[in-house]
Amino acid sequence: MSQEVQLPELGSIGLFRFAWRQLTSMRTALILLMLLGVAAIPGSLIPQRTQNPMAVSAYFKRSPDLATWLDRFSLFDVYGSPWFSAIYILLFISLIGCVLPRTIEHFHAARALPPSTPKNLNRMKFYSSWRAQGNELETARAWLKKNRFRVVEKDGSISAEKGFSRETGNLFFHLALILILLGISMSSLFGMRGEAILNVGERFVNTPTSYDSLAYGKLFKDGKLANFMLKVDNFDAQYNIETNAPEDYTLQVTLYQGDFTKGEKKVIKVNSPLTIGNTKIYLQANGYSPIVTVRDSKGNVGLQGPIPFLPQDGNLRSIGAIKVPDAQPQVGFVGSFVPTYERSDSNGAISAFPQALDPRLLLSAWSGDLGLDSGTPQSVYRIDTSKMTQIGLKSLKPGESFAYAGGSLTFEAYVQWVNLQIVDDSGKNYALLGAIVSILGLLASLFTRRRRIWIRVGTDVEVAGLAKNAAPGLDQELAIFVSAIKGEI
Amino acid sequence: MSRTWAYLSNYLIYSSMAVYTLSFFAHAVETAWAVKIPETTSGKTLDYKRTEKVARIATAMMILGFLLLFAGVIARGVSAGRVPWGNMYEFSITGALAFSGAYLGALRKYDLRWLGLLVSTAVLLTLGTAVAVLYRPSAPLVPALKSTWLVIHVSAAIISGGVFLLANAVAAAYLYLDSMEAKGERTVWAKRLPSLEYLDQLSYRLVAFVFPLWTFAVIAGAIWAESAWGRYWGWDPKETWAFITWVAYAAYLHARVTIGWRGRRAAWLCLFAGSTFLFNYVYVNIWGTGKHTYSGL
Ligand code: HEM
Repeated sequence: MSQEVQLPELGSIGLFRFAWRQLTSMRTALILLMLLGVAAIPGSLIPQRTQNPMAVSAYFKRSPDLATWLDRFSLFDVYGSPWFSAIYILLFISLIGCVLPRTIEHFHAARALPPSTPKNLNRMKFYSSWRAQGNELETARAWLKKNRFRVVEKDGSISAEKGFSRETGNLFFHLALILILLGISMSSLFGMRGEAILNVGERFVNTPTSYDSLAYGKLFKDGKLANFMLKVDNFDAQYNIETNAPEDYTLQVTLYQGDFTKGEKKVIKVNSPLTIGNTKIYLQANGYSPIVTVRDSKGNVGLQGPIPFLPQDGNLRSIGAIKVPDAQPQVGFVGSFVPTYERSDSNGAISAFPQALDPRLLLSAWSGDLGLDSGTPQSVYRIDTSKMTQIGLKSLKPGESFAYAGGSLTFEAYVQWVNLQIVDDSGKNYALLGAIVSILGLLASLFTRRRRIWIRVGTDVEVAGLAKNAAPGLDQELAIFVSAIKGEI
Repeated sequence: MSRTWAYLSNYLIYSSMAVYTLSFFAHAVETAWAVKIPETTSGKTLDYKRTEKVARIATAMMILGFLLLFAGVIARGVSAGRVPWGNMYEFSITGALAFSGAYLGALRKYDLRWLGLLVSTAVLLTLGTAVAVLYRPSAPLVPALKSTWLVIHVSAAIISGGVFLLANAVAAAYLYLDSMEAKGERTVWAKRLPSLEYLDQLSYRLVAFVFPLWTFAVIAGAIWAESAWGRYWGWDPKETWAFITWVAYAAYLHARVTIGWRGRRAAWLCLFAGSTFLFNYVYVNIWGTGKHTYSGL
C-alpha cells in the first residue's frame, strides 16, 4: 500500500540549503516586504489593544461573535501577533542572507580595475570618432582623473569607470535596514516601559511597585530599573482664553539620585523629556484629583486624600470614583469634577474652561456591595452599582461637605495630577543610526550612475560610453569629454 | 494683530484662487483649441502661435497663483505664531501649494505644460474644499505639536506628497495615452503630448527623486514621536499608512530597477502607491483615531 516518496537527493541538509536559497532570493524578500505592508493594514482599521483598549472592549460588546473570531487571529493585537512577527523575522533573515554575500562580492569588485577596452567600440550606443591630432590620450587621462574616474591604460587606449558609490550606497541602505530591525528587536527584548500617575506633591521611587502599569522586555532584569526618586513640585498648564486649547505644560520636579540625599530641580515638557542615563521620563497627560475626606457616622476618617479623576473632554470635565470599602455597609461615590462649572440644559454640569476657575465636585452616593472581592478587575474610575442603592446626590464647592445616612464626605480641595511615562530603550540608538545610514545610502544609490568611458587613439580617436541600467545623462557627459579632448573647453 | 494677519491670509488665498482660475481657463482654452482641430487636418501642420501665447499666460498665472498662495500660507503661519500645519485646513492649503510647486519645479526641466489643466483643477478643488469645508480660525498649537521636528517632518512630508501626486498624474496620463494608442492613433491634440517612454521615465524619476525625502520624513516623524510620546514607532494609523506608502514605493522602485517593469504595470503600481498616500491624508486625518488626528474637525 504505502509507497515511499523518493527524496534521497535532498536529505535534510539539501532541503535546508534549498529552503535557504529560496528564502534569501530577492523575489522572496520583496514578497515579504510587500506582505509586511499588507499585514500592517488591518491594525489601522481595527482598534488595537495597545493603543485603544476601550475601543476593543466596546467592539466585544457590540459584536461578540465577530470579535471572538478576530481575536483568534490576533487582529486586536496585529503588531505583536505571531503572524506579523513571522513576516518580519523572515524578512530580516532574508535580507541578511541576501545582502551580506553581495557586500562581500561588492567589496572585491570595488577593488578590481575596470575591464580593458573592448575591440569594437563602434558597437556601443554612444560612439564618436575623428582624426587624431596627437596628445588626445594625455588630455583624456587628465580629464578622467580630474573627474575621479578609475582608469586602466593599455595599448593606446584608456578604459575608465565611475559610479561605484551607487552599489556601495545601495548596500549601505540595505545593511542599514538590518540595523534598524536589530535596534527594534533590541528595544523589545531589553527595554522597559511603564506609566505612573502622580499628584502634585507626591514622590515617585523607581521600583516596580510604584508603577500603575509596567512592561518589561523578555530579557530585561528587574534590578536594572534606574536608581532614582522624583518629587513632583509643580505643574503649570496654560490655555488659550479664546479657544480653550492647551498652549503649554510645564512640570517641575526634584530629581534624587545615588543615596537620595541631594536633589536637583528639573523641568519636563511635552517635547522635552527628562533623561537619566538610558531612562527617559515623558509627560503624557494630566488632570485633576479632588482631595476628599470621608467620615463615618462617629466621625472616624475612613478615607482621606487626592483621588485622580479621568478627563473626558478638552475642558477637563473628569469622571472618577471614590470607594470606601471599609465602611459598613460599603460606600461608593460616582463623581464628576468640573474645573470651571457651568450648567447646560441638555448635558447638566459641564466645564467651560480647563483651568480650575470655579471647581465643582458632583457626586452620587451609593451604598451596598462595591464588588471588589468578586475577582474581576475593576476600573479605579468607575463603580459597578448593580448591587448598590443610591443614597444621595450632591454638588460641592471646595470646603463643602455632604452628609448622608451613615457618614459624610468633605471636598477639601483639589490638586493636579500628571501621567509620567518612563522608558528605557537602548535599541533606539541603533535604529536611529540605521535610519541615518539608510538615507545617506539611498541618496548615493539613487543619485549616482555607474558608467564606463573608453577612448582609443590610433589614426582615429574613438570615444564610446556605456551606462548601467541605461541611466540617462551619459550623452551630455561624453559630449563634454569629447570637447575637452578636442581642446574646445 | 494676529487677526489682521489671519484676514490677510484669507484674502491672499482668495486671490490666489482667482488667479488659479484664470490659469485654469487659459489651460482649458489651449487644450480646447488643440482638441477642436478636426481629424481631417491632422496631416497639415498646425499654427500653434495662438495656443502658445495662451499657454504662456496659463503658466504665468500659475506662477502668480503659487506666489499668492505661498504668501497666504506664510501669513496664516504668522497669524498663529507658528508653522501653518496645525489642522486639516492648513494641511490642505499647504498641500495645494506643494502640488503646484512640484509642477512648476518639474516644468523647468521637463515637458509638462500639458498637465497644467489638471494641476490647476486639482489645486482649485483642494483650495475650494479647504475654504468651504475645512476652514478653522487661526489658533496656536497644542503642546505636542510644538517642536522643530514637526516643521522638518511636515515640510518633508508635504513636499514628498506634492511630488508623489505629480508622479501619479504623469502615470495616469501614461495609462490614458497608452490605451488610446492601443486602440489606434493618438488624437490630434494628444499628439502634442510627450511619448509614452518619456512619461514612463518621468514618473520614475519623480518617485526616485522624492523617495529619499519621504524616507526622511518618516524618520523625522519617528524622532518627533520619540520626544513627544516616548516611543518612536507605535503603529498609530498614520504611522502605519506612512509605512505602507514607503513599502509601496520601495516595491515600485524595485520592480523597475531590479525586475525591469516598465509601462502599464509600473504605472499601475505607481498609482497604487500614490493612492496609499492620499488614503493616509484623507481617511486617517478625518475618520481615523490615534494620536495624529489634529484635523480640528
Ligand atoms: C533581500 C532583500 C533585498 C535585496 C536583495 C535588495 C536588492 C536590491 C538591489 C539589487 C537593488 C538595485 C540596485 C541597483 O541596481 O542600482 C535595490 C534597490 C533598492 N532597494 Fe532593495 N533589496 C532588498 C530589500 C529591500 C527592502 C526591504 C527595501 C525597503 C524599502 C529596499 C529598498 C530599495 C530601494 C529604495 C532601492 C533603490 C531603487 C532604485 O535604485 O531606484 N530593498 N535593492
